[in-house]
Amino acid sequence: MALALDTSQARRKRGFWTMARRDAATGYLFITPQLIGIIIFVLIPLGLVFWYSLHEWNVLAGSFRFTGAANYEKLLSDPALGEVMTVTAVFSAGLALLNMSLALGLALLLNQKLAFMTVFRTLFFSPVVVSLVAWTIVWSFLLQSNGGINGLLQMIGVEGPNWLRNPTTAMISVIVVQALKNVGLNMILFLAALQGVPRELFEAARVDGVPRFKQFYRITLPMISPTILLASIVTIVGALQVFAQIMILTQGGPGFSTTVLVYYLYQQAFQFYLFGYGSTLSIVLLVIVGALTFIQWQLRRKFVFYEN
Amino acid sequence: MKTELSPRAQALAYLTLCVLLIPFVFPTWWMVTSSVKPVSQIFAFPPDIWPRAFDFSSYSDVFKIQPFALQYWNSAYIAGIVTVGTMIVASMAGYAFARIKFPFANAIFMVVLVGLLIPSEVTLVPLFQLFLKWGMINTHWPLILVPIFGAPAVFATFIMRQFFISLPVELEEAARVDGLGRFKIFWTIALPLARPALAAVAIFTFLGSWNLYLEPIVFISSADKFTLPQALTQFTDAYGGPMWNIQLAAATMTAVPVLVVFIVAQKQFVEGLAHTGLKG
Repeated sequence: MALALDTSQARRKRGFWTMARRDAATGYLFITPQLIGIIIFVLIPLGLVFWYSLHEWNVLAGSFRFTGAANYEKLLSDPALGEVMTVTAVFSAGLALLNMSLALGLALLLNQKLAFMTVFRTLFFSPVVVSLVAWTIVWSFLLQSNGGINGLLQMIGVEGPNWLRNPTTAMISVIVVQALKNVGLNMILFLAALQGVPRELFEAARVDGVPRFKQFYRITLPMISPTILLASIVTIVGALQVFAQIMILTQGGPGFSTTVLVYYLYQQAFQFYLFGYGSTLSIVLLVIVGALTFIQWQLRRKFVFYEN
Repeated sequence: MKTELSPRAQALAYLTLCVLLIPFVFPTWWMVTSSVKPVSQIFAFPPDIWPRAFDFSSYSDVFKIQPFALQYWNSAYIAGIVTVGTMIVASMAGYAFARIKFPFANAIFMVVLVGLLIPSEVTLVPLFQLFLKWGMINTHWPLILVPIFGAPAVFATFIMRQFFISLPVELEEAARVDGLGRFKIFWTIALPLARPALAAVAIFTFLGSWNLYLEPIVFISSADKFTLPQALTQFTDAYGGPMWNIQLAAATMTAVPVLVVFIVAQKQFVEGLAHTGLKG
């Protein structure tokens, strides 16, 4: 085979354009659209957002002047920022935890060899393909004080709260609504991972009389740990980017109780037109996501028992 | 099917699944049924699981209040272009990174991967400036160009690359011996084999574009240019309160077609996604 390739290459040699060079040229041609796109729409904006963050820039007032670290000092003294960061942490952690445990639980249930599992799988997955804003609007409708949820609660004699008008229940609402929307994705990933665990392992364990929960901790979890780690980081980073649900359900309220970082960024930059401060908040978001990605790499080395 | 579970455990499993299913399917059901209830009954107590009376007027109101058909077209054509564009850009780049040897390939791949790590919200302010300079604010260009060439496409490239790496190389080598050029090999051999990965990319990309919300509300300001997610939130009365039945009718029209496609092609959907996930 190698010989055949060599002779064909020799035959095709036409001066400068050897096969390898033609190949390399094609390679560059193939990646050019993507590379130019990344430079224009990611790398240059990334540099610019840092540059902007060093400016006092009010679009409405038409002011744009270099102020060095002033925006970062403003950041540290911003009375809202503490709450925004707490809300972001609670929301992201709550969402990731609910999403992952629900996804794993559902995957374990659906992995049983029972009838109709495909139907259940389809139904649990269906919110993923329902338009995000449509899904959120329905939940907003359901969560009104006289809406469907409280209607159902009232039927069993429970007086429901005004879900979106109370800080605690508003936070719970946005977490649950978002978790239900996307849990199907992780469920499918876990299900695929579970089905990839060799059955012989369980059979051997059963022969040895290992109890079921121990099989779960000793076989199932380690075998699917790469998927769990990958899914958790994707889910947390995804949680940090949630915007539409907050905008539609609570508009960050009541007060700042559901104002996550991305929503705060949007408010500062595109409602108050403070592009400089908005850029500073973008850098904060970037640093958080960067740190999480770094942690993921470290954990990957330490905790993932099995990887191919 | 052979199960290892006792009948009691089976019954328990089904019961758990059915209870858990309620919050997943009830909202969609409630959206569709409430949209055809008379407006006086959408907040009725006790809630009507099946509409007591039907009133389809909200569906015609949707088109009276906003240019909804045009907005539907906007969303559809943008998602269509973005999906096809991403498939082209990502399959070419993915193939090159997986198969073709060229100088600095790895370094360039690392640079491209940066797009995976950067949340699109981070670059929104500079992108706004960029499109302002290009005179593209309040046009559909930002919603088309950024997804095809920018950060969102990197994930697609990554999926394609992983897929091409897993393809056996022998087929292509045989074709090269026969003197086939790289582009021919890509087009006639590799790409047809990559159909599952392409399907996954298409699904992801279409849903991403169809659901895009933050970018449209930043870049677009006139109703005739709105996309669906943006339009859905605009059905409000003079006091800014939502007109629920009309919003729900519009939401139903937005959600149900995609849902139907999903149910018809659910095997493709689920397996395509599982496939990409595993490779990730």
